[in-house]
Amino acid sequence: MTAVIDKPDSLLYDGADWDYDKIKRVYDAIEDIALKDMGLSVYPNQIEVITAEQMLDAYSSIGMPLMYKHWSFGKHFARDEMLYRKGYRGLAYEIVINSSPCISYIMEENTMTMQTLVIAHAAFGHNHFFKNNQLFQQWTDAEGILDYLEFAKSYIAQCEDRYGHHAVERVLDAAHALMNQGVHKYPKKRSLDLRLEQKRERERQEYQEQTFNDLWRTVPKVAVGGNRPSKSVSERKKLLGLPEENLLYFLEKKAPRLEHWQREILRIVRHMAQYFYPQKQTKLMNEGCATYTHYTILNEMHRRGMISEGAMLEFLHSHTSVVFQPEFDDQRFSGINPYALGFAMMQDIQRIAETPTDEDRYWFPDLAGRGDGMGALRDAWANFRDESFVLQYLSPHLMRKFKMFSVRDDAEDPYLLVENIHNERGYRGIRKLLARQYDLGFLEPDIQIVDVDLAGDRKLILHHRVTNGVLLDESDAKAVLRHIANLWGYEVQLVEVSALSDAILKEHAVTAPSGIGG
Amino acid sequence: MNIIDRRLNPQGKSLANRQRFLRRAKEQVVKAVRDASGKRGIQDIENGEKVTISTGGVREPSFHRSGAGGVRDYVVPGNKEYVEGDTIARPESGGGRGGNEGSPDGEGDDDFRFVLSREEFLDIFLEDLELPDLVKQKVKQTESHSLTRAGYSVTGSPANLNLVRTMRNSLSRRIALKRPKPAEMLELEALLREAEDRGEDPEKLREMRDQLERHYLRSKRIPFIDPIDVRYNRFETVPKPIAQAVMFCLMDVSGSMTEHMKDLAKRFFMLLFLFLKRRYRSVDIVFIRHTHEAKEVDEDTFFYSTETGGTVVSTALEEMQRIVKERYPENEWNIYAAQASDGDNMSSDNARSAGLLRDGILPLCQYFAYIEVAAEHNMGLSALGRETELWRTYKTVQGPDLPIAMRRVRSRREIFPVFRDLFAREKARA
Repeated sequence: MTAVIDKPDSLLYDGADWDYDKIKRVYDAIEDIALKDMGLSVYPNQIEVITAEQMLDAYSSIGMPLMYKHWSFGKHFARDEMLYRKGYRGLAYEIVINSSPCISYIMEENTMTMQTLVIAHAAFGHNHFFKNNQLFQQWTDAEGILDYLEFAKSYIAQCEDRYGHHAVERVLDAAHALMNQGVHKYPKKRSLDLRLEQKRERERQEYQEQTFNDLWRTVPKVAVGGNRPSKSVSERKKLLGLPEENLLYFLEKKAPRLEHWQREILRIVRHMAQYFYPQKQTKLMNEGCATYTHYTILNEMHRRGMISEGAMLEFLHSHTSVVFQPEFDDQRFSGINPYALGFAMMQDIQRIAETPTDEDRYWFPDLAGRGDGMGALRDAWANFRDESFVLQYLSPHLMRKFKMFSVRDDAEDPYLLVENIHNERGYRGIRKLLARQYDLGFLEPDIQIVDVDLAGDRKLILHHRVTNGVLLDESDAKAVLRHIANLWGYEVQLVEVSALSDAILKEHAVTAPSGIGG
Repeated sequence: MNIIDRRLNPQGKSLANRQRFLRRAKEQVVKAVRDASGKRGIQDIENGEKVTISTGGVREPSFHRSGAGGVRDYVVPGNKEYVEGDTIARPESGGGRGGNEGSPDGEGDDDFRFVLSREEFLDIFLEDLELPDLVKQKVKQTESHSLTRAGYSVTGSPANLNLVRTMRNSLSRRIALKRPKPAEMLELEALLREAEDRGEDPEKLREMRDQLERHYLRSKRIPFIDPIDVRYNRFETVPKPIAQAVMFCLMDVSGSMTEHMKDLAKRFFMLLFLFLKRRYRSVDIVFIRHTHEAKEVDEDTFFYSTETGGTVVSTALEEMQRIVKERYPENEWNIYAAQASDGDNMSSDNARSAGLLRDGILPLCQYFAYIEVAAEHNMGLSALGRETELWRTYKTVQGPDLPIAMRRVRSRREIFPVFRDLFAREKARA
């Protein structure tokens, strides 16, 4: 009886409207649960209230609060705006940025329950993941990113003033086209430091100004490489660090005809690509972690009588629509929903750790019955990325629950073949194939720079190692090659080579552009 | 935790990006606007527009695998009946995996769709007509404003002091606070003097003196006009209701008018409408089409339905005269007329048309524009200067003081010079 009477007093808020006091109260309650009960560790939080308009703005600059200017952002804004205004698509409830302090945007038109959900999801779930996952620790610098963006923005604006919009746009277009091929996949960590960046940039400029000598202009240009003996192919590859899969890095360092500011822009885009690389590799886990966190926290708040039944129902309504997974033959199916699978896997890990079945004991000897479900989850969140996470933790139980099956689509066969289904014989196959669907190294074409003869015709040769016989999309490949040629300044050739037999499947070539930077 | 309200931050952070995008997609956007302005009604020219452009110039290419060929594996949820080894018929294109494949030339299905604001649309529309900047400014000018009385306020400049209201407030305050009236005091004074002269009882005299004293003090304490009485006239700026205008569009719709000619005419009418819209609060449009007889019609019929018959221009002029008499009295409306024709007229009608124009139409009009549209490619004939029937007829009417402009137009960029005449006249008058 007393519990019933007490209950209304313990409510943190009532009704749909929010204000700063309520948010503060709710935040404190969530923080208490997240840190003490769940043992999360987070960057300091900064919550920013924005309007729908500003949310659209944030969309178009890939969610970052600061961004340099480029037409492609305007294009995305124009489309998002139209979709939103015509009601084809809603807006995200939140955007969260991997920075310290961790910035979460919440929208003004959300109800108080939605704000609670968003704070639990973004400010604690995502935030914990950003801070603890090894990929983020290794590849991104949460402290420095906002300063770096500020530098990038003003640097590119300066370039536009100095060299004209068109010239800057040309470099940015090319760099954006190569963004997926602009990341280091293996650790070579260097942290971004605003002051060092600026200093390095200044020194480059000063050196240029000091060594400027008008006489050089008058020296007649001599054809290169006439009398020097050309080195052996392997020696010259070694000197250039070839083969190189980070195309942007190679072009920034080695392209012979770029000006220093053009190299700097390539560097900026490369840093952006590198910054987002972990996010691309951990979409499933990141969303799973955040969804699991908000689900646990809101249930706990409800158990403690901090939110009302009505609020709980509202929360469950949006939660279930977020983790809804349409089946493959459903109109709404568009691949596996990372929220659904991520959340289900997190719950599954907890189940296996706390109340395992015999099957679980067989499949997960280390994990099953370990007892501390939350601890097991924190380990998983810290040490895996999507691919290895699926490979490690996808349980037969879950495969049955999702009724997963794998289909092989061989262009040479007239039909599709069902290879594995959710049974004893198929578990391992499904798990392997699903993990590969999350492996960026497999999803993105393997393209490397293999050779260039700097003393000769300077033709840049790229190889695409073709797996499973899937070639590149031709028109796009041509367009990207043209961009590369613009940066490189000479002829560029792309050869598609079979990874199995080294047989040449296809060749693309683009001739040297007429004058860049010169 | 830090919570920051960003809602009041400046909006439109992505404006610069949008401008860059429009500049980038310029060619396609101009084309889309051209198509759109061909389709939309004259009066809608001022609205924004959803435009669709091909993704050609704004494609963002990247290395990615093509949607066809090779061996692929998919893991999907929701198995109902399959066991391993089953075969499934390959779904028709579009089913299952929707590979987002651009057609080789980058044009075609995946078009990019977005909304242009009113300003942007107009900008591009005007630019496409190749108007000089100065004129663009003039056409886009916002309407003028005037001040209107809007009640009273307690602050204002002395020039706006409202005396009546102020005095009324002052009066009611004086009555409410029982300020002695000057007349009463004068009376009391007179009585006192009388009593003194009479040598009245000192006690009564003192009483009277005290009372007078109290009156003096009270009238000093309660001012005649207090700052709280003061009222000023308040004014608000409102868009100035400039007189209304009506625009007559006359067009020959006989078979000899091609689509190209009609398109030129439509653009001219649009520009005139835009121009009038800036000058006048409300602009009516009347469409009169004619063959050998004239009829008032709606816009769709005007531009898109064809008629057969001869060409008698005077019928249209008569119709216009009739409508003016009926609905648009010339002392209430500014009347503009624009006539588009390919220059044909029945020879027997020429004299009558000229007469009507000179005596009936021009005295009514602020401005009468005649544009003669010609096929784009038949440079030869008109370049040789063979004048058409109607041209010769109207030329006899033309005079230095008459508000008429005549132009021959072959392509879009020639539409503007007619307007230069119009603007030149405006300037001369000002």
